Amino acid sequence: MTDIEKTAGEGAGKSAGEGPAAPAGGPEAIRAVPVRHYGRYISALIAIGILVAIIYAFSQGRINWHAVPEYFFDHRITTGVYKTLMLTVLSMLIGIVGGIVLAVMRLSKNPVTSSIAWFYIWFFRGTPVLVQLFLWFNLGLVFEYINLMPLYKDYWSNFMTPLLTALLGLGLNEAAYMAEICRAGLLAVDEGQTEAAHALGMSHGRTLRRVIIPQAMRVIVPPTGNEVINMLKTTSLVAAVQYPELFRYAQDIGQNSGAPVEMYFLAAAWYLIMTSVLSVGQYYIERHYARGSSRQLPPTPWQRVRANMFSLGRPKGAVSA
Amino acid sequence: MTGKLSKTQDTPPRGAVPMVRAQGVHKSFGHVEVLKGIDLEVRPGEVFCLIGPSGSGKSTFLRCINHLEKINAGRLYVDGELVGYRQQGDKLYELRDREVAMKRRDIGMVFQRFNLFPHMTALENVMEAPVQVKGVNKAQARERAMQLLERVGLADRAGHYPSQLSGGQQQRVAIARALAMDPKLMLFDEPTSALDPELVGDVLDVMRDLAESGMTMVVVTHEMGFAREVGDSLVFMDEGVVVESGHPRDVLTNPQHERTQSFLSKVL
Repeated sequence: MTDIEKTAGEGAGKSAGEGPAAPAGGPEAIRAVPVRHYGRYISALIAIGILVAIIYAFSQGRINWHAVPEYFFDHRITTGVYKTLMLTVLSMLIGIVGGIVLAVMRLSKNPVTSSIAWFYIWFFRGTPVLVQLFLWFNLGLVFEYINLMPLYKDYWSNFMTPLLTALLGLGLNEAAYMAEICRAGLLAVDEGQTEAAHALGMSHGRTLRRVIIPQAMRVIVPPTGNEVINMLKTTSLVAAVQYPELFRYAQDIGQNSGAPVEMYFLAAAWYLIMTSVLSVGQYYIERHYARGSSRQLPPTPWQRVRANMFSLGRPKGAVSA
Repeated sequence: MTGKLSKTQDTPPRGAVPMVRAQGVHKSFGHVEVLKGIDLEVRPGEVFCLIGPSGSGKSTFLRCINHLEKINAGRLYVDGELVGYRQQGDKLYELRDREVAMKRRDIGMVFQRFNLFPHMTALENVMEAPVQVKGVNKAQARERAMQLLERVGLADRAGHYPSQLSGGQQQRVAIARALAMDPKLMLFDEPTSALDPELVGDVLDVMRDLAESGMTMVVVTHEMGFAREVGDSLVFMDEGVVVESGHPRDVLTNPQHERTQSFLSKVL
């Protein structure tokens, strides 16, 4: 630690002495002994200690770590990953479309539609997804068969496949949350924007599409990104209604191969990878909708790397010059 | 209506249809009566200034002209046509949103707080309505938008977003945006009140230039200098009624009414 302090001190001294910020004739640059934050050292030590103890415990546990890489790209696992992603995408689509419809209903001047939307949101936000999934699965007790007269007719139990149960359960629940997010986004846009658009002769629909929604997106996108990540994790619940996805496959392999706990770790690793990728995607989408709201768009990680490369190169040039 | 930018006429032809005609216009928000019977006429090609203390109802009246606010009583006509309603016999029928939008095309409006679309560049702001509402093709709209930005002195800022422009620049873009629809009437709602003092001049210059081109303008303003120099008519409003009206020079230098006198003594 003392080494680090020393080099850091040297580095600081150098840059202060050679930096272009301090002209030769100007006042002398301040060199003061910095305040020592002993509390920080102590808390860092404690945290590191605890971390090491946890890692040690895991490495000593009776866990066969080799099983994880062995099954990491097993075709059942990759199928599970694919199905988890598909479930996430489809149920988010249902959620977003439903959410927009519900948000518009909720904001409409028609008291009937707005109270129906209110009731929907009240019900789906107020009950656990897992319970909703089981309800959908067993709705055959209420509707013995489904009859879409000319198109389709079948027993509910045949119609309500695990996939459909999963999609409806996750999607309809999500719609309630997305409705609140969309509503907040629409309300966040300044009223003057609507007035300006109307004053230009734009219709309600066009105002919504061209002016309000693009601005609402800035408010809607960040929480929606969180919802997608949440959804990806929540899909693991549908294992309970017999739909095979990543978690379910991992469980199956675990029971057959005699490495159940290892497979949980494997699943966790896959979930982490997927959510990490999604977070990166979210960053770029947010950046896209930040257009015009901030004077300068935040740099992409790649731009940041390039900028840092330049700033690293500059002092060298200054020294040689 | 094609945009008729005739040369300045000091005295518009007698008997021409007034651009705006208000007869006993009343407007309430809940129990608060904001307009208590406004009667006035704006002739084509004239610059009509509305002054008065805040809360006097002048902005509300302006917003009634393009039906952003619905009036409760009286009649309001723009270019001879009833605003927001259709009259058949004795009955009034409310216009559909689409019909109201149709009429608003001919009325440009400039807001105190600019209300530019923040997610579009200056150029896109000006192009938006012609492309979306009138269906002008993009290349033409772009060319026209550039001309308008040139006219307000901001051609070099075409690619900037509103957040990258100063208040005065934003307001000039907003004027260009309204002009892009070739309106026959322009409404200005305290266009310089949200600006730093040194930026006010640029916006007033653009408005003066517009007035000289013959545009009919209704201007709610606190800029007495502008009203005196550019205005053709001036109305002083207080507490929802027209207190005094006449030529700006007469009203501003020689106010007849006591309330006008006390207001002017505070602002001049």
